[in-house]
Amino acid sequence: MTYRVTYDEVEVGDALPPWSRTTAFMHWNRYAAANDEFVPFHMEDSAGLEAGGTGAFGMFNLRHTDHVNAVRDWAGDEAELREVGCQYRAFNYRDDVLTCTGRIVEKRVEGRVGLVRLELAVTNQDGAVVAPGQALVALPLSRAAVAEGGGAAEGGASRDRL
Amino acid sequence: MAADPNPEEATSRAAAPSLVTPEMEARRGQWGLPRASLPIERYDIRVWAISAYWPETPPSLYWDEEYAATTRWGGIVAPQDFNPFGWPVGARRDPDGGFSQPGVPAINGGQSDEYGVPLRPGDWVTERSRLQGWAERATRMGATVFVTTEVLWLNQLGEFVRRRISTNIRYRSDEAPSADAPAAEGASS
Repeated sequence: MTYRVTYDEVEVGDALPPWSRTTAFMHWNRYAAANDEFVPFHMEDSAGLEAGGTGAFGMFNLRHTDHVNAVRDWAGDEAELREVGCQYRAFNYRDDVLTCTGRIVEKRVEGRVGLVRLELAVTNQDGAVVAPGQALVALPLSRAAVAEGGGAAEGGASRDRL
Repeated sequence: MAADPNPEEATSRAAAPSLVTPEMEARRGQWGLPRASLPIERYDIRVWAISAYWPETPPSLYWDEEYAATTRWGGIVAPQDFNPFGWPVGARRDPDGGFSQPGVPAINGGQSDEYGVPLRPGDWVTERSRLQGWAERATRMGATVFVTTEVLWLNQLGEFVRRRISTNIRYRSDEAPSADAPAAEGASS
């Protein structure tokens, strides 16, 4: 079991560990290949300029990925990500340092799981929020509940009950 | 960018000519034809995870079958942001939801996802989408319309995988958005 947190261990106001990346072509190109996103303004400075940037800029979808990764890394492999959303507010360029942070804004019990709502933000090295977001995560109620077979969802590994 | 609080209520507050086309009016709320992905391979999930976590090693859940079998998932699953629809041959899906307008810039404003069952190796996805609504308003970019599209994914068993509400922003302006204050930021206010 790789629960990093359980519902009884977290409180409203708690912060997630920051999840950070320095953006670079090596990352963009891999993501472009995986997501079929070889759009000129992500690849060429001239196309980025034409699109209103100061050069080639990163994929907005990669900010969504930052949110997903930050939440997954905080909650652990066995938590259930039920919702993740974000807005795209600014371009990001090569060598930007983007950091996803978050905090718990609500928690409640629903059946055998604890639902935790998170407020998230990807911020650049200048402190500008480039992608605010939010998430809803299902956590096991406690480590004792995990030991007794109570997972984050309604029925362990059975996919039709997740 | 943020979806309008009431995307179902089309408005026409912008002074400039409307960016809402008759085609949009006609197709509002209408589900388009479904499309199906190819079966998902372990390789696809691994590539995605590596690209998403680069330059660090992605979680073992996404590539280590032995480890993944010990988790509640019982095997490898795909990250929630995984996309099985890349690299089609021939005609490509219009990223603007089929409503691209010549000379009207469009940018990705954001998305809100709800997740169901995870995707696993061997699964394939059927996707349907529909134009949910829009909101027009004047922003510092000029006449702007926020278009929301609903995209629904089901797996081969008909189980709910993902519902995405995506927001696409189009604007009519003589000037490109500035680099320091990109279009999307201005449009959010």
